[in-house]
Amino acid sequence: MKDAYINRKYVIMAVIALSALVLLVRLFIIQVVKETYRLSADNNVLRYVTQYPARGLIYDRNKKYLVYNQAAYDMMVVPAQVTRIDTATFCQLLEITTSSFRERMNAAISYSRRAPSVFLKQISAETYAGLQEKMFMFPGFYVQPRTLRKYSKPIAAHLLGYVSEVDEGIIRKDPYYKAGDYIGKLGIEEAYEKELRGRRGVKIYLVDVYSRIKGSYADGRLDTTAVQGKDIISTIDMDLQEYGEMLMRNKTGSIVALEPKTGEVLTLVSSPNYDPALLVGRVRSENFAKLSADTLNLPLFNRAIQAKYPPGSTFKPINGLIGLAEGVITPSTMFGCSNGYLFVGCHSHSSPLDLVHGISNSCNSYFCQTFRRILENPRYGSVSEAYTRWKEYLNEFGFGKKLGIELTNELPGLVPSPAYFDKYYGKNRWKALTVISMSIGQGEIETTPLQMANMTAAIANRGYYYIPHIVRSVGDNEPIDKKFLTKRVVSIDTALFGPIIDGMEEAVNGGGGATASVAALKDITVCGKTGTAQNPHGKDHSVFIAFAPKNDPKIAIAVFVENAGFGATYAAPVASLMIEKYLKGEVSNKALEQRMIELKLSAGDKEP
Amino acid sequence: MTRNLNIWKRLDKPVILIFFLLVVIGWFNIYAAVYNEEHTRIIDLSQRYGKQFIWILATFVIAVFVVVIDSRFYTFFAWFVYGFVILLLMLVLVLGKEINGARSWFQIGPLSLQPSEFAKAGTALALASYLNSRKLDLNRFRAFVISTGIIILPAILVAIQPDMGSALVYFSLFIVLFREGMSPYIFISGFIMLILFFFTILFNNLYLTVALIGIAFILAWLASRKWTIVLAGLGIFIASSAVVYLFNRIIAKSLEDDQILFIALVLSGLAYGIYFFNKKAVSVMVIYIFLLGSLVFVNSVDFAFTRILKPHQKERVEIMLGIKSDPHGTGYNVNQSIISIGSGGFAGKGYLKGTQTKFKFVPAQSTDFIFCTIGEEWGFLGSFFIISLYVVLLFRLIILAEKQRSMFSKVYGYAVASVLFVHFFINIGMAIGIVPVIGIPLPFLSYGGSSLWGFTILLFIFLRLDASRAEYLI
Repeated sequence: MKDAYINRKYVIMAVIALSALVLLVRLFIIQVVKETYRLSADNNVLRYVTQYPARGLIYDRNKKYLVYNQAAYDMMVVPAQVTRIDTATFCQLLEITTSSFRERMNAAISYSRRAPSVFLKQISAETYAGLQEKMFMFPGFYVQPRTLRKYSKPIAAHLLGYVSEVDEGIIRKDPYYKAGDYIGKLGIEEAYEKELRGRRGVKIYLVDVYSRIKGSYADGRLDTTAVQGKDIISTIDMDLQEYGEMLMRNKTGSIVALEPKTGEVLTLVSSPNYDPALLVGRVRSENFAKLSADTLNLPLFNRAIQAKYPPGSTFKPINGLIGLAEGVITPSTMFGCSNGYLFVGCHSHSSPLDLVHGISNSCNSYFCQTFRRILENPRYGSVSEAYTRWKEYLNEFGFGKKLGIELTNELPGLVPSPAYFDKYYGKNRWKALTVISMSIGQGEIETTPLQMANMTAAIANRGYYYIPHIVRSVGDNEPIDKKFLTKRVVSIDTALFGPIIDGMEEAVNGGGGATASVAALKDITVCGKTGTAQNPHGKDHSVFIAFAPKNDPKIAIAVFVENAGFGATYAAPVASLMIEKYLKGEVSNKALEQRMIELKLSAGDKEP
Repeated sequence: MTRNLNIWKRLDKPVILIFFLLVVIGWFNIYAAVYNEEHTRIIDLSQRYGKQFIWILATFVIAVFVVVIDSRFYTFFAWFVYGFVILLLMLVLVLGKEINGARSWFQIGPLSLQPSEFAKAGTALALASYLNSRKLDLNRFRAFVISTGIIILPAILVAIQPDMGSALVYFSLFIVLFREGMSPYIFISGFIMLILFFFTILFNNLYLTVALIGIAFILAWLASRKWTIVLAGLGIFIASSAVVYLFNRIIAKSLEDDQILFIALVLSGLAYGIYFFNKKAVSVMVIYIFLLGSLVFVNSVDFAFTRILKPHQKERVEIMLGIKSDPHGTGYNVNQSIISIGSGGFAGKGYLKGTQTKFKFVPAQSTDFIFCTIGEEWGFLGSFFIISLYVVLLFRLIILAEKQRSMFSKVYGYAVASVLFVHFFINIGMAIGIVPVIGIPLPFLSYGGSSLWGFTILLFIFLRLDASRAEYLI
């Protein structure tokens, strides 16, 4: 066959040859000529070293350090790269036993021969210093820098929270996290986790057979820098917090102090508590287990937001306020008290009393009758309806629902709805007298110390509050959630607060019959209210709420001391010491201070 | 019986030797690529090298089978085979198992079969049969269209799966058409289009447009050697550009600069047309038309690249061109591959000692990136050896094809060489980063039953045809 195109075979063959040549030239360049790859010729591998960012710091309201970071090092291992090493020296430098070494090595191998895993967590900086220059003797091992939390003072554990490693569940829920990452738990660490954690980076190194870093891969072009976590400025006054925790040592209870005009939390104490440094690093799981197991003291339990206390007589001011708002009493309304009213007892005091003195003497009869009038108000068709209105007032003040503080485990307390009583007693089968104990803060009412402090702030402000919060700013002055900056106004006329506040002033500064005179301060007008919450399990709880100064209040505080008897006995002194410390910087009645500090009232004081 | 013995004797030894070498070397490399301290038994069926071992045994059986069949079977049934594979390609779109977003595989019990691998042989047979039927002039429209159709039909079916990489391989058969007389200009235009394609992605449209227009004017001068005409043409162009520009400034305001130039060019064409028509200046007219065509092409490429290509395909091209670097994402395979191969140095790290291989840094290492193992463990020497094997194989196939007495066998031989060549160049090119990542196997070396059998069938049909060349004058 004649073939006109036979010469084309040469063209085709030439193309093939040329293509092969192109491939060979390129191969020659990358295999023989280029340095970067040749470095790998010595059994190099790429090592991806995660750059863990420093976690954001937490400051107190005066920009003093509450929590900062310290360096720690994780010893990593890639079993496939480990050759024969001097195990004895290694163990000595790391301060572990050879059997521990073998255990850990086996664990690493069963995890993966080729992927790096943690051999020993959180080696101290000192140990690391000793190891650093000898690392070349141990191929396959390398050190990954981490940061751990350090606390400037052993306080505020419940507020700050702690930091732990992520587990499977967390990784599944949020794919940002990888094994080995840290995550904040409880307190500010958890509430502002996203801001505090920063962002992971990675550095890619070329590492030779001796585990020596030969250089950055691709000149660091593919590295990403870690982004530091944002710092947080909390609302806490560190000195006041420390003082409060000291006063509450060996007692069970809680202190919550707020700045009324902003809702910022100055102090939040729950006692017994624990040193936050216990939950840092290697010792965390062990200590956490120990703390959880302490069912006598319940140190992990944050009483400030989780304890459900009956408020006792500290509930009277608000009932008085509602009475005024509903128009069923006026400041001059008098009620008599014959050591009680009907079946509710009362201590001895002069009778009858007006509103101001009803408060200052903490007369149960006054408020039982006020409450009765509120519920039997003819304006409403039934007790149930009147009760609903009463409940609404309380809800406005933040009772019966979560206030919304950043802490994750806040409880809402309890203000029962009419349905609750309907179920228990039967519809329309309960009246004012059935639930009269709520007038004096007993019965079904449950409040948290935070709610009581918030109510106190609202009264101090004469009719508004801001949701209590523990953080004032994030990062470079970034604002916090708008909800904390929104004024919450209650539907009670400002003027009506006057007599209530007068009553509270009288309670502290009034002289004869005043229940809280122990809380008076020389040159500051403290307004307060005592409470003695009845405790079916043991001695009564001592409760006190207060704010100061009366005009232009700077601090609103609620103190609960469990199993401590009358409110005046322990809660009031504690509150007044706190107020004085905050407003003046130091305390005048040193003897009282000493007595409070040394007082031991731990949970042991329960009736058998 | 004698005839059969003769066939065995007549099978081309060099080709069989290279085939055997590649298959065996392939197996050893798959073993190395998948090597795992925990599984060291050779016939471990749970590992890929175990499976490949079985595929290889099966391949020998298939090879024997293919050779035993009379060569007239292939010539006679070429179109049936083609029809059959086309049918399979259609069926797989419906009945195939969906893996990684594509329906490319039939799952029959424990076996997975990929029809596009077998369709290559079918298409080659059909093409051979068509070009054999009578004296064809491939420059005639009808012949060209039908040949292209035979090639493109399976390509489209494969592209729908979607498997762009495997679809592209079918275009290798255009080499066969070239050998049989297709105009080289088609290839040159194709080549130019390829370059323009990359340039469009690399460079700004405006610069490209200006450059093309500049080149066109230079070519026009070279073609006509008349200064005055060229300058006049340039003047007309500049004038119309100014007009269009002002028009845009005052009235339309929505045109890009390169669009302005294009419109100006078209307007100028009206003036040029007079000159072309009067002076019958064919070559200059061709240049002009070509210029317009290129600009249209550039714009369509731009459009297609930004709107039609899927993001991961775009990325692969960008990574190859170096405008994008994403070593943890799309560029990861290639990046790791280049590192592996580069780290092999001159003589390699030694068998089973490749750290990148060992530490599993290169994904798909036993299939598309099998060359990495060779590069890393055998170094430049090893790479050179393998490439030489392929080149020798391809040359041998071409020489044999030329020796054929029948058009059918010759065309088929070239088809085999073309298909193998394209696989060889793209696969290795991709592994070393000069070709965008297109997932196609390296013939006989990559892991995979379908690919191994497909290539074996493709090759051995030719060996059979070649062995019979003395006997039949088809």
